[in-house]
Amino acid sequence: MAKPLLEFTDRGIYCAQGKFYIDPWKPVDDAVITHAHADHAYVGHKNYLAHHLSKEVLYYRLGEINLRTIEYGETVTKNGVQISMYPAGHVIGSAQIRVEYKGVVWVVSGDYKTDDDGISTPFEPVKCHHFISECTFGMPVYSWKPQAEIFTDVNNWWRGNVENGVATVIVGYSLGKAQRILQNLDLDIGKVYTHGVIENTNEALRRNGVILNPTERITAESSKEEVRKGIIIAPPSSVGTPWMRKFGPYSFGYCSGWMAIRGAKRRRAADRGFIMSDHADWNGLVSAIDATGCECVYLTHGYTASFTRYLNEIGFNAREVHTLYGGEEEEAPVTEGEEVKETTPSGDVVKEDAP
Amino acid sequence: MKAFAQLFLSLDETNKTNEKVKVLKDYFTNVPDTDKMHMLALFTGRRPKRPINSTLIRNWAIEASNIPQWLFEESYHVVGDLAETMSLLMPESQNSSSKTLTEWIAEINAQAARTEEERKLWLMDSWAMLDRQERFVFNKLLTGSFRIGVSNNLVVKALADITGIEAPALTHRIMGSWMPEDYTYDQLVQEQNAADNISRPYPFFLAYPIQETSEKRKSAEDVGNALGDADQWQAEWKWDGIRAQMIKRGGEIFIWSRGEDLATEKFPELHPFLNALPDGTVLDGEILSFQDGLPMPFNILQTRIGRKNLSKKILTDSPVATIVYDCLEYAGEDIRYKTQSERREILEKLQQKTEFPEVFRISSLIKFDTWEDLEMTREQSRAMIAEGIMLKRKSATYQVGRRRGDWWKWKIDPLSVDAVMIYAQKGHGRRADLYTDYTFAVWDGDKLVPFAKAYSGLTDAEINKVDYFVKRNTLEKFGPVRTVKPELVFEIGFEGINKSTRHKSGIALRFPRILRWRHDKPKEEADTLESLKDLLGEHGG
Repeated sequence: MAKPLLEFTDRGIYCAQGKFYIDPWKPVDDAVITHAHADHAYVGHKNYLAHHLSKEVLYYRLGEINLRTIEYGETVTKNGVQISMYPAGHVIGSAQIRVEYKGVVWVVSGDYKTDDDGISTPFEPVKCHHFISECTFGMPVYSWKPQAEIFTDVNNWWRGNVENGVATVIVGYSLGKAQRILQNLDLDIGKVYTHGVIENTNEALRRNGVILNPTERITAESSKEEVRKGIIIAPPSSVGTPWMRKFGPYSFGYCSGWMAIRGAKRRRAADRGFIMSDHADWNGLVSAIDATGCECVYLTHGYTASFTRYLNEIGFNAREVHTLYGGEEEEAPVTEGEEVKETTPSGDVVKEDAP
Repeated sequence: MKAFAQLFLSLDETNKTNEKVKVLKDYFTNVPDTDKMHMLALFTGRRPKRPINSTLIRNWAIEASNIPQWLFEESYHVVGDLAETMSLLMPESQNSSSKTLTEWIAEINAQAARTEEERKLWLMDSWAMLDRQERFVFNKLLTGSFRIGVSNNLVVKALADITGIEAPALTHRIMGSWMPEDYTYDQLVQEQNAADNISRPYPFFLAYPIQETSEKRKSAEDVGNALGDADQWQAEWKWDGIRAQMIKRGGEIFIWSRGEDLATEKFPELHPFLNALPDGTVLDGEILSFQDGLPMPFNILQTRIGRKNLSKKILTDSPVATIVYDCLEYAGEDIRYKTQSERREILEKLQQKTEFPEVFRISSLIKFDTWEDLEMTREQSRAMIAEGIMLKRKSATYQVGRRRGDWWKWKIDPLSVDAVMIYAQKGHGRRADLYTDYTFAVWDGDKLVPFAKAYSGLTDAEINKVDYFVKRNTLEKFGPVRTVKPELVFEIGFEGINKSTRHKSGIALRFPRILRWRHDKPKEEADTLESLKDLLGEHGG
């Protein structure tokens, strides 16, 4: 039997025929990147291929890299292997990687969600023979509400805080959740302020031509009274830090799929937990996998064991695969490390509140 | 039910005490009186009846969720709460219901008289008319575990604000056995005296620890600086038994444990002395197993606590007596306002008159002139089968709940060993989906023998790190339990150690917990079973 087109190696997903890796976690010559989150886009590769909308964020996060970008649907050929990208709907610029050689098609999902968040290009199912899928929320207890309902809750909470004279801090990852929040806030209530880490990402996206709602970076000069009338978007690493405490009294809301579980919500000790994820929920995963019409699905990160078993029971040919993905949201408990990944090589981002 | 579901949600949405009290007050002012009493019963640990077997509820929930049973079980391990798991897995409801909490509880109780088929029909219908949050609290009612993260104190505070009745009085009025069906809100808020309900216990007065953790040891000098002159204080041993309030009123006797469980029938040895007490007497003390006039370690008592029927053998092997240390009611008068010394005098006179001095014992006072004296005496605690020393201010009244000031416990430092973590399991509640329950082992030759489980003692940040380690170093999975690579070493503290035939290691620990993570120790340097067994010789029974 011939070697499969894509293999799982200790450096990442490898295509021997095309001599490239997809989202490798150790240094390689040619890396194809699904999206700019730190557990998928590592520093140290010779050449990078990514979607056009990831360009500025990748430069901002990884520094001077040798990067080529393409559009969704555009094809690049390497040693006879056709590589193309399709929207994954996870964050701005996130892509599923389609790889084809001699009529056999593999698709690597990266991270994805099936609902349209209004800012990332919506997920498109891609027909393939082999589908490599994440399953961060691959348990049936995870079921997301429509986005409009969630933001009604968010905006009502914000409005209530303004009326009560307390500041509003909403927490979400700097690439993805932050922009999704920003674009769905009711700006009639007040102004949007951002933590430096988030504003740096916003600026990178704006350089990339993405139109975002207006934001104001919080600096040492920001007036506490003014900020209190608005809303602060902050990264998870800022929770409980002196930076956040200086806006007190405040109410702090946490946006994550993990908020679906009461225990996880209580652990975060957030005043409000909004169930909002950039990953597909249980039904989203099953329908996305079904839509590929694949012969075999490989589950990389999340509740892989249970999800694989379930898929096999309902008639899919599913396999569990070990990778190092899942740092961004899956390993929710690791709070210290997560924002380290947000740092550029020059390390200039986190010390935003310094004068 | 909508208001009750909203109450839960609102309590979950804030971490601030004042806001929780406000949420509770909002609830009290917006629901009918019968709902108030049901809520009060639930929030103070009075479980509703559970007429439907929880296995059946589970099976019907699996059917309603349309998923395989194993997936339901896995989901439960992720969520860490059965009621919540069921509510998350069922499809969204199509209808809604405006029934009150009282009406729902009445319906639940009515199921006792129904057939299994009727119960199932009713349950499926009920689930279909409740939204997710309502379904969650409804399932909580059905499965009966109500841990909400709101203390009795907060509920009482909210009620005190609304009724204008002082919190200690309210706390007293909601003690003991009452059902929301037969205790009305009007009765609760009306003027009343203790005699209205002859079984009702007083709220327990609880001591505050002098040293909050074993790492923060306090010297005699520290204690003296904090508490002042030694002659202002009386000292007793801190007995390691079951705290109990013993009541004789109107010719009847009642024994209440600290958890407000009526335990009269569990301790028949105490009945003769209680029956012989004058009416209108309430005593506070500790129940322990005794043999030949000496207290026995707690594990002997433990063997009979859980039993429904007390066999002759148990009564012979583990006979109990009580060591009384306070008198709260005398000649029908609530004497909690009197000083510690005055109450002690009354207690001593009562005890002198008893014909059952072997069973009705009194907690002897420890003589000491200086704090240094007492510190020395404290060293003998383990030999006395005591947990340390109790300090009570001679001028203190008997108060309500745990307060700083007049009652202090000065516990002995725990015993400890360094052990290797070998199994991990996911926790519940706020520790759901995190590996927080660990089994520890010590060396027996070149083998690691498990000897204790511990759940507490680590900070959240440490738990996250251990969880991360477990997920990446799993050797085997047995259902929810993971065997992990033996590598992490922890110092395990415990209050006592005893022989056990039920454990592989041959020993059982009392109150094991994690004292600290020994990052500095490789697993090879963990303690041995032999060193544990040595402790057995020194401290075990």
